[in-house]
Amino acid sequence: MEYLSIVFQEVYKILFLLVPVLVSVAMIVWLDRRVWAFVQKRQGPNVVGPFGLLQSLADALKYIFKEIIIPSSSNKVIFILAPIVTMTLALIAWAVIPFSATQVLADINVGILYLFAVSSLGVYGIIMGGWASNSKYPFLGAIRSAAQMVSYEVSIGVIIINVLLCVGSLNLNDIVIAQQNMWFVIPLFPMFIIFFISALAETNRPPFDLPEAEAELVAGYQTEYSGMMYAMFWLGEYANILLMCAMGAILFLGGWMSPIDVYPFTLVPGAIWLILKILLLFILFALVKAIVPRYRYDQLMRLGWKVFLPLSLIWVVLTASYLFYFNLLPVN
Amino acid sequence: MIAHAIFFYTFSIIAVVSAIMVTASKNTVHSVFFLILDFISISCLFIMIGAEFLGMIMLIVYVGAVAVLFLFVVMMLNVAQQKNQWFAGQQSSRHIPVGLIISTLIFFEIIIVIGGWKYKPEIFDINNSISQTSISNTHSLGQILYTDYIHVFQISGMILLVAMVGAIVLTFRQRSGLKRQSYIKQISRERTEGVEVLEVQSNKGVKIDD
Repeated sequence: MEYLSIVFQEVYKILFLLVPVLVSVAMIVWLDRRVWAFVQKRQGPNVVGPFGLLQSLADALKYIFKEIIIPSSSNKVIFILAPIVTMTLALIAWAVIPFSATQVLADINVGILYLFAVSSLGVYGIIMGGWASNSKYPFLGAIRSAAQMVSYEVSIGVIIINVLLCVGSLNLNDIVIAQQNMWFVIPLFPMFIIFFISALAETNRPPFDLPEAEAELVAGYQTEYSGMMYAMFWLGEYANILLMCAMGAILFLGGWMSPIDVYPFTLVPGAIWLILKILLLFILFALVKAIVPRYRYDQLMRLGWKVFLPLSLIWVVLTASYLFYFNLLPVN
Repeated sequence: MIAHAIFFYTFSIIAVVSAIMVTASKNTVHSVFFLILDFISISCLFIMIGAEFLGMIMLIVYVGAVAVLFLFVVMMLNVAQQKNQWFAGQQSSRHIPVGLIISTLIFFEIIIVIGGWKYKPEIFDINNSISQTSISNTHSLGQILYTDYIHVFQISGMILLVAMVGAIVLTFRQRSGLKRQSYIKQISRERTEGVEVLEVQSNKGVKIDD
C-alpha cells in the first residue's frame, strides 16, 4: 500500500510536468509559425480561436483522423517504433529540468550528463525511421541527420565542459545557483553563441534542416510517415527544440533565477522566469528560421568540425587557465 | 528493497536477452538495435549500483556515438550478399577456430573474476572503495583519475590520439580535379577581376575557361 501511494504520487508529479510540456509544444508550434509570418510580413495562422491560438489543436485533430499508412516493404516493427522513440526521448529529458530550487522531478547528481545523453540518443528515432521506411529519400535524410547530430554533439559537449569548469558540479540546480552573481552568458558569451548555433543543428532547425531539406529529399526521414505517426515525429522535434532552449537557459541564462535580485522580481516564481527565458531563446530560434537560408552540407560539416570544435576546445583551455591562475576553481 | 530487486531483474533480463538476440537475429541491423538495447540496460544497471557517472558516459559514448557508427556501417552492407557468404555455406567453418579461441579466453576471464569474488571477497569489497564516502561518484572518480592514475590516463589519451591519427592517415587520399571553395579568395575578389569586357567576333563566340 505504501509503495502504491508513492507510485501514485510520482505519476501525479509526472503528469503535472508532461501535460504542460505537451500543451506548450502545441503552443510553440503556433508561435513559431506566427513569428515566421511576421518576419515575412504575413499574418500567419490567425483564424482558429483568438489570435489563431487553437491552430495546433485543429492540426492535431486533423492528424488523428488521418489514416496511418505503413509501406508494405518497410520494416514494420522499427517503422512504428521510430516516432515512439523520438517522442519518448524528447519527453523523458524534462525529468531533470529544475523549475525552482525544489520543483524538480529528479534532482540527480549527473543531471547535465543525463540531458546530454538523452539529446544524443535523439538521433536513433531519425535513423530508425529513415532505415525502416526502405526508401531512398528517408534513408538519405537519416544518414545526413545522423552525421550532423553526431558532429554537433561534440561541440555541445565541450561547451558543457566550459560551464562545468565554472560550476564544479554536474547537478542542474548547482549550475543555476552558481550563476547567482553573474549569468554565464557574460563571461562565456562566445560559447553561448556556439551553443545556440549547435542547438539549431542538433534539433535539425533551419538553417541546418538538411535531413528534411524539401527541395532535395521531399521530407527526409519523415517522407513515408502519415497521420498520427508523422505528428509524433513533429511533436518530438518541437519538444526537443524546447528542451534545447531550456538547456541554454539553464547553462547560460541563470535558469529559474530572476534577472535582478531585488524585491518585486524575486516574488515571481522560478518557473515563470525559466519559461520566459525558454520563450526568449525560442523566439530567437524562430527568427533564425525566418531570416537565414539553408546551409550546404559540406559547409555544415566544416562549421561543426573545423570552426566550432577548435574554438570551444581553445575556450576550455582559456577558461581552465583563467580559473586556475586567479584561484577561482570551484572546490567542494 | 523489493522495488530495487524488481528493477535489477528487469534490466538484467533485458540485458541478457538482448545480448543473446545480438547474435541470434538474422538481420544485422536488428542485431545492432539489440546491442543498443543491451548498452542501455547495462548503463541502467550501472546507475543502480550508484555508478551514475559511468552509466551516463556509457550512454553518451557507446549509445550516442559508437553505436551510431555501427549502424552506419551495417546499413551500408549488402545484406543479400552477406547471406550467401557469411551465414550460409561452407565458408563459415573457417571462423570456428577464432570464435572458439575468443570464447575460451572470455570463459577463463569470467572464471577468474567469479573465483576471485568467491574466494577473495576483500578485493571486491565495496566498503574498501571510495564510493562509501560522502562525496559523489563523479568527484571521487575525478580525484582518483587525475591524481593516482594520471599517467595511465594520459597514456590512454595518447593511444586514442595515435589511433585517430592512424585512421585518418590510412583513409586520407588526395583527390585531383576537385574544385575547393576558398572563402578568402571569394571575399577578396575585386570588380576588375570579376568582370571582363571582350570583343566578340561574330560566329566565333567566347570560350569561358573552366
